[in-house]
Amino acid sequence: MTGAPARALAVAARLRELGILVALGLVVLAVTLLSPSFLHLDNLGQVLLSVSLVAIAAAGQTIVVLTRNVDLSVGSMVGLVAFVTGDLLKQHALGVPEAVLAGCVLGLGLGAVNGAIVTIGRVPAIVATLGTLNVYRGLDFFVAGGKEVSAYDLPRAYLGIATSAVAGIPVLIVAAAVIAAAVAFVLRSTRPGRALYAIGSNPAAADAVGIPSQRLVFAAFAASGLLCGVAGVLWGSRFGTVNAFAASGLELEVIAAVVVGGVNIFGGSGTVFGAMLGALLLGTIDNALTLLRLSQFWLQAIDGVVILLAVGADATIRGSLQRALRARSGRR
Amino acid sequence: MSGNGARGIALAAAAVLLAACGGSGGGGGSSSGGGVNVAFLPKQVNNPYFDTAASGGQEAAKELGGQFKQVGPSEASGSAQVPYIQTLTQQHVGAIVVSADDPDAIAPALKQAMQKGIKVVGYDSSPATDARNVFVNQADSKDIGEIQVKMICEEIPGCAGEVGIVSATSTATNQNAWIDFMQKAIQSNSQYANLKLVKTVYGNDDPQTSVTVTQGLLQSYPNLKGIISPTSVGIVAAAQVLEQTGRAGKVALTGLGTPNSMKQYVKDGTAREFALWNVKDLGYLSYYVAALMAQGKLGGKQGDKFTAGRLGSYTIGQGGVVLLGPPFVFKADNIDQFNF
Amino acid sequence: MSAALRPLLRRRETLLVVLLALFVALGSALSPYFFDAQNFSDLADDLMEKAIMALPLALIIIAGEIDLSVESMLGLSSALLGLSFGLGLPLWAGIPLVLLVGALGGLLNGLLVTWARLPSLVVTLGTLALYRGLAYVVLGPRAVSHWPAAFNAFGFGDVPGTLVPWPLLVFAALAIVFAFVLHRTWIGRQLYATGKSQEAARFAGVRVARLKTMLFVLSGVLAALAGVILTARLASARADNGQGFVLDVVTAVLLGGVNIFGGEGTIAGVVLAVFVIGVLRNALTLADVAPDAQSTAVGALLIVSVAGPNVVGRIRAAWRNREVWT
Repeated sequence: MTGAPARALAVAARLRELGILVALGLVVLAVTLLSPSFLHLDNLGQVLLSVSLVAIAAAGQTIVVLTRNVDLSVGSMVGLVAFVTGDLLKQHALGVPEAVLAGCVLGLGLGAVNGAIVTIGRVPAIVATLGTLNVYRGLDFFVAGGKEVSAYDLPRAYLGIATSAVAGIPVLIVAAAVIAAAVAFVLRSTRPGRALYAIGSNPAAADAVGIPSQRLVFAAFAASGLLCGVAGVLWGSRFGTVNAFAASGLELEVIAAVVVGGVNIFGGSGTVFGAMLGALLLGTIDNALTLLRLSQFWLQAIDGVVILLAVGADATIRGSLQRALRARSGRR
Repeated sequence: MSGNGARGIALAAAAVLLAACGGSGGGGGSSSGGGVNVAFLPKQVNNPYFDTAASGGQEAAKELGGQFKQVGPSEASGSAQVPYIQTLTQQHVGAIVVSADDPDAIAPALKQAMQKGIKVVGYDSSPATDARNVFVNQADSKDIGEIQVKMICEEIPGCAGEVGIVSATSTATNQNAWIDFMQKAIQSNSQYANLKLVKTVYGNDDPQTSVTVTQGLLQSYPNLKGIISPTSVGIVAAAQVLEQTGRAGKVALTGLGTPNSMKQYVKDGTAREFALWNVKDLGYLSYYVAALMAQGKLGGKQGDKFTAGRLGSYTIGQGGVVLLGPPFVFKADNIDQFNF
Repeated sequence: MSAALRPLLRRRETLLVVLLALFVALGSALSPYFFDAQNFSDLADDLMEKAIMALPLALIIIAGEIDLSVESMLGLSSALLGLSFGLGLPLWAGIPLVLLVGALGGLLNGLLVTWARLPSLVVTLGTLALYRGLAYVVLGPRAVSHWPAAFNAFGFGDVPGTLVPWPLLVFAALAIVFAFVLHRTWIGRQLYATGKSQEAARFAGVRVARLKTMLFVLSGVLAALAGVILTARLASARADNGQGFVLDVVTAVLLGGVNIFGGEGTIAGVVLAVFVIGVLRNALTLADVAPDAQSTAVGALLIVSVAGPNVVGRIRAAWRNREVWT
C-alpha cells in the first residue's frame, strides 16, 4: 500500500497517538492539581508496574487484532502460566531460570493451540478464543486442585524478578518497554509484520498477492500466547500468591487498552505504541481515581465511558479521513 | 455432514469425559464408610484458612465414623455458593456446614435444604439467622474487633494517627461485624481517642485485588499510620505491599492471619503481632455440632449441652451461637509453635 | 426414506438433541440424584436468566452484530430494583422502571452501533464495563434482601401443583414468540437478509438502522427482566449479580447453530443448546465437578461443535482428491 492512502493512514495513526498523549497529559495535569502526590516517584512506579503487565499482553493482542482476529483467552493464559510457574517452583521441580522458560514455552503452546483452532479448524477467532478462555481456565483449576501458590512457597529470586531494578527502573517496566519496541519493529520493518496489516485490511487481496495468511495468523496467535506467557511469569513474580482465579478478566483490560490505543478492531491499522499509550491512559485514570479517593466502584463505569469515547473518536477521525481521501481523489 | 455430526458428538463426549475425570479430583475427597454425611461449604476453596478448618473437620469425621467432603466456589462471591447448596440438597447430605459470603443471598437455598431435613450449621461467617440451625463462632465478635484495635494501638507510636482497613468482600457477615465493633471501640474508649479509621477497602479475599486495593489505600492516604486487615488473604497482601514499597515498619500492620503465611512478616517486623484462633479446632467443633444434629442427638436450642470430642463440653448460647473460645495473639516468640 | 432423513440428520438441531440425550445418560451414570424430577426442575430454574438473554442475542448475531453487555445490564437492573425497593418503592412500580432502564441501555447500544456507526463488539465491551460500573455506583457493595414472599416464590418456586418453575413459563412464552417472529414473519426474513448482507438488505428496502436499534433495545429489556428474575431467585439484589453470565449465553447461541458472521440460525437450536449446557453443568455438578472444570467441557464443546464439521470436511475433501489422482 503506497501513495496517498498510505500516507494519510500514517498521519491518522500519528494524530490518534497524539490524541491519546493529549488526553493523558490532561488527566495527569488535572490529577496533579488536585492531588500532588500523583507525581511522586513511588506512585508513578506503582502505576507503571500495574500497567506493564497489561501492556505486555496488549502487545500480543495488537498483533492478533491487526489480522482481523481477537484473542479472548488472554486472561486464562496469563493465569495458567502464572500458576504453573509458581507451582513448579513450589514443588522444587525446576530452578528459577528453567521455570521461567517453562512458563514462556507454555504460553507459546497455548497460543499455538488457539492458532490451530482458528486456522486449521476454521473457527472464527471470537468463538475459538471464547472456548479456549474456558478450557484454559478449567485447566488452571484442574492443575491447582483447589490449592494456591503462596508467596512464602516461592524462592526470593523469583519474587524479585519483577521488582528488582535495572538502572533504577524495575525489571517489569523495562521488560514491557523492550517488548513493545521489539514488536513495533517487527510490525513496521519486517515483511511478515507488514503482511499482517495486509491480511487485516483485505484478506482476499492478501491471499491473491501470495501472502501466506494462514501461517501468519497462526504465528500471530502463537506470539500472543508467548507474550501472555511472559506476562504470566512476571505476574507470578509480582504478586507472589496465585490461585486458579488469577488474571480473570484481564482480556477485557487488554482489549480496552488496544481499542483505546487506536488499533482498529476490524484489523489493518494500529500500532503497538498506540496500544501501550492506551494501557497507560487507562492505568493512569484508574490511579487518578484512587488518589482522588473516589470510591473503587466508580472505576469500572469510567473505564466503560473511556472505551466508548475512544472508539467514537476513532470513528470520527476515520470518517473525516475517508471524506478527505474521496475529495482528493475526486470520487463522488 | 451427518458423519461430521457423529464425529462432533464423539469428540464432545470425549472432552466431557476428560473434564469429568479431571475435575472431580478438585472437589475434596470423602472418607470411606457409612455414618453421617457432612459437607463443608466455605467462602472459597483455594484458601489455606478454610483448608485448615477442613482438616479439623476430617479429624472429627474419623473419630465419629462419619463422612466428610468440602465443596465450594474458587471465587468468594455471594451468589456463587447457591448452586453448591442446591447440589448438596439434591445429594441428601446429613448436614451442611457453611461460611457465608453474603448472608442473604444463600438464605432461600439454605431454607429449602432445612425443609428437606438437612441441618445447616454456620461457621466462621454466619448465614441469615433464620437460614441456619446453629452458628459456630470462632470467638466473640466484639472480642475479635477489639483485639485488633488494641494491637494496632500498641504498634503505632503514640497510638495516634490514620488507620485503614483492608477487608474481604463488602458483604461478608463476619468482617463487617468485626469492623463494626472496631469502630465502636475507637469511639467509646478514650485510650483510642487519637486513632481515626479513615477508609475500608475490599480485597474480596483475592490476592491480586487485595494487593491493588492496599496500594490504592497507601497512595490516597499518604499519612496512614496503620493498616488492620481482618482476613488472612488481606493481611498477607498488605504485608507484601508494605515491603515492596519500603513502608514496612513505617506503617503498622495487624489483623487476622494464619501463622505459616505470616511467619516471615512477624520475624522481620512488618506485622509484629496478629490474632487468630485455632482454625483446625473450629472445623473440628463445627463437624461435631453438625454430625450430632444430623443424628438427632443435639437439638440446637439455647441451653443445649453437648461434648465435642477432645474439645470438651459446650453449651449453645443465645441465638443459637456456639463460641469456640477467645482469640489468640501470635508474636515472634510463639509463632514457631504452630504449623497451619 | 433416507433421502428425506439425510437433511434432517445434517441439521444442528439433530446433533443437539443427540447431545442432550447423551448428557442425560452421562448424568444418570455419574450420580443417582440426577434423573429426578426435582433435580430437573432446579436445573431449569438455574438456567432461565441465561436462557432469556440468549433469545435476543441470537437475533442480534443473526443480524450481524453482537451484544456483550447483557450480563451488566442484568446486574444494573438488579441493583436498581434493590435500590428502589430499599427506598420504599413497591415492586409493581419498580419492575417496570427497571425494564425501562433496560430499554434505555439497549437504546444507547443501538444508537452507538447504527447512528454513530461504531463496531458492536467494542461498543458492547464498553457498555459491559459501563453498566456494571453503574450497578456498583447505584448499590455499592450492599445486598438488598427481605423481599415479599410472593416475589421470592416467583423466582425460586414452582407453579402450584407442578414442578415447573415460574421463570420457565416466562422463557417458554418468550421462546415461542421469538420463534414465530424469526421464522414466520417478514421481520425475521429482514433479520436474515441484514445478516447476510447489510448493503443488499438496505437496497432491498430494509430499514437496517431501525431494525438493529430495536434489537438492542429488546436485548436490554430482556436482560433487565433476567435481572428481576435472578434477584427473585436469589432473594438478594447485588451489583455483581450475573457476573460471568455472558460467556454461557454467547456459547449457547453459537452452539445452537447461529453463525457468528450473521445470516444463519434457529431459535430451536438456541433453546436446545441452552438446555444442553444446563444439563451438562448439572450432571457434572452432581458428580462434584467444580464449575471451573465444567467450563472446560463447555468451552471444548463450543470449539468442537464449530471446528469438528470443518476439520472432518477438509479430511473428506482431501480423501476425495486423493482418489481422483490415483
